[in-house]
Amino acid sequence: MKMTLLKALGTSALISLGATTAMATECIAPADAGGGWDFTCRQIGKLLYDLKLVPNPVQVTNMAGAGGGLAYANVVNERNTDADLIIAASSATTTRLAQNAYGGATADQVRWVGTIGGDPGVIVVAKDSPYQTLSDLVEAIKADPSKITFAGGSAAGGFDHLKPLQIMKAAGFTDAKAVKYIGMNGGAEAITQTIGGFTQAMTGDISEITGFIKSGDVRALAILTPERVAGFEDIPTAKEQGYDVVVVNWRGLYVPKGISDDAFNGWATRLQAVADSAEWQAVMEANGLAPFTLVGAEFQGWIDGVVADTTALSREIGVIQ
Amino acid sequence: MEILSNLALGFSVALNPFTLFLAVVGCFMGTIIGALPGLGPSNGVAILIPLAFTMGLDATSALVLLTSVYYGAMYGGRISSILLNIPGDEPALMTTLDGYPMARQGRAGDALVISGVASFVGAMLATVGLVILAPMLARVAYLFGPAEYFALYLLAFTTLGGVGSKNQAKAVIAACIGLGIAMIGLDNTTGMPRFTGGNLHMMDGVDFLVAIVGLFAITEVFFFIETHGKGSAIGVKLEKVTVPIKDLIAASGSMLRGSGIGFVAGILPGAGASLGSFLAYMAEKSIAGPKGRFGQGDPRGVAAPEAGNNAAAGGALIPMLTLGVPGSGTTAVLLALLMTLNITPGPTLFADRPEVVWGLIASLLIANVVLLIMNIPMVKIFVKVLMVPAWVLLPGVTMISFVGIYSLTGSYFDLVMMVGFGVMGYFLRKLDIPTVPVILGILLGNQMEDNLRRAMVIANGDWTYLFNSGIATGLWVAAIAGFIAPIFLRRFLKRPPQPVDAEAD
Repeated sequence: MKMTLLKALGTSALISLGATTAMATECIAPADAGGGWDFTCRQIGKLLYDLKLVPNPVQVTNMAGAGGGLAYANVVNERNTDADLIIAASSATTTRLAQNAYGGATADQVRWVGTIGGDPGVIVVAKDSPYQTLSDLVEAIKADPSKITFAGGSAAGGFDHLKPLQIMKAAGFTDAKAVKYIGMNGGAEAITQTIGGFTQAMTGDISEITGFIKSGDVRALAILTPERVAGFEDIPTAKEQGYDVVVVNWRGLYVPKGISDDAFNGWATRLQAVADSAEWQAVMEANGLAPFTLVGAEFQGWIDGVVADTTALSREIGVIQ
Repeated sequence: MEILSNLALGFSVALNPFTLFLAVVGCFMGTIIGALPGLGPSNGVAILIPLAFTMGLDATSALVLLTSVYYGAMYGGRISSILLNIPGDEPALMTTLDGYPMARQGRAGDALVISGVASFVGAMLATVGLVILAPMLARVAYLFGPAEYFALYLLAFTTLGGVGSKNQAKAVIAACIGLGIAMIGLDNTTGMPRFTGGNLHMMDGVDFLVAIVGLFAITEVFFFIETHGKGSAIGVKLEKVTVPIKDLIAASGSMLRGSGIGFVAGILPGAGASLGSFLAYMAEKSIAGPKGRFGQGDPRGVAAPEAGNNAAAGGALIPMLTLGVPGSGTTAVLLALLMTLNITPGPTLFADRPEVVWGLIASLLIANVVLLIMNIPMVKIFVKVLMVPAWVLLPGVTMISFVGIYSLTGSYFDLVMMVGFGVMGYFLRKLDIPTVPVILGILLGNQMEDNLRRAMVIANGDWTYLFNSGIATGLWVAAIAGFIAPIFLRRFLKRPPQPVDAEAD
């Protein structure tokens, strides 16, 4: 009987863990642990508690599925009035909403609280690559697109895939389907393939490659921000190399649509407080995030614009009809 | 000598009464979490992360606690495999093949002791390998591109026919069912959903944990109901527990080889513990040849996969620490933990934060010793589970299955799917089709397809790219040999068809 007792104890410990934390704020990371959304939930969740903005530690739930679509549907359909729920979001969320990849869900079915940092897009090559500048790479693709493959952390049509397509479009190369791309399970795998020489370039976010840039295993050809980023001053922007492309993977939160305006404004205020804290500045610096703060109504308006732009772009490059 | 002084640094960080206490608690909780069907190392670690923060643990203590849980769960997975024929987590799948027949023959205690020692050997060798070889082995991940990964998975599939020892054709049918199920979900290469029927829940495909718990635990429940417990796995015989020294010596070679294979599989991102234990099992089976009693309770069939999956757990830490690439679900969770603690794994981690790396390694060694000490005497406690009347155990298994699966995604859809797999497993067992290849098809099919398609994109459709490197060609040769050899070997030895054991699954 001892084992049953042990089992029962183990199980009840797990259940009670779930029960006590259900009262506290829950942050849903709509992907498995280890990715960007998980990072958002864990860092913001930790700071919300450390800064005493919420009374209990924030419980992080990993709800992976359909590239965030499962969590989105779950929030819209089942937890529409839960005021203790925040959900990690990023550019990938709005990209997929714009491409109708969430099974008919639309961006106006939740409320967008804000973004408190951005992860700049980068294009990198292995250190022994013949391409020294973004122009070298772009010209090589123009000459023979079949010779160059990009690796990225999203499936075809995803956020990482769109980055090189936008650059090629800015360079006047219109045959988007000829640009080769393979989708790996995350940015780290994509960079491994690029260092290994299996793909010629990697498209991702700078936080995914910070360690590899420091160790000198890769060379960043371009960072996709309006200005150079502090801490990475050596990396030229795409813009200064003549390609007017800005792609920043913002990190932020949305909340259910059905909560009160007071509750929504409460989250906006708390998120602003996190953004203003010295701790968050340190986190951003350590992880290659650039400051990018938009909160409340201002953010909502910006999101509407981004979704409209992405829909137009996706249609143009043939990702959606 | 540098390694020794580094290790001394690690132990000075990790070895104090409080962290030792955390290690014991972590190992115990991990073992139980691992033994519960559906809850594996990755959920175990994920569930405990908030606990670590609530307790206000510093980086090293949190790492000690969570790696203890990780290694504990890797040990624990075997317990329900052996006692109930239900794998506690996916790497423990192969342990059911011989562990459960041993338990039916009244050798449950032997199987648990052998697998416990094998786990220790695998984990210990992998940790030593991590210490000595980590900076060098990190480079191995750079040698594996899509073509090499494809050949590696192909090797797994060509040897799969031998899993169900009775009828190879049925094993192939089962693998095809698994491959078919693996096709469901978002296609990585085109970004389009396949076979999802427009259902969002199917977009990511079928979670293999749902399939495992359905095919094993729920099917077992159906069989129990049908036979009123007579033909069911639950409630097997028990004789007294001793340390089977003879079997341990006989299986020592299996443990060493299994550790080596598992360690390499662990280092490769995306291969992981399941592939490690599978390849370790198949290698032992082919080495033993017709003399082995694999599938009918051969102690080597328990030792090899357990050494393999525990070694893979250690090996998977290498790409996680040195490249920031998680080789398994659990290392992905550990990676998240490190990042939350503002430690960014990557090529510079060993130089930047030696106290973290060596503290982690020291805590792995501590956890491993604690687990061995804890597991051998505790075999008696685990075996007591057999004394529990089936009418108590059965509802328990059912409840744990539902709780475990619900905790994965918090979705009722997975519960329905799990019951669906239970029904499927019931009919497969009636038709005498083994279920293990179904799981392997689901588990490995996606990776194999993705890598083939990636290779074709890179090579513009030129199939010769698949043989473009020495590693790829070597794996192809091994795959073809693994497929053909048993056919010729059997003819050459003029061996009569293997007797069908009515008891074996």
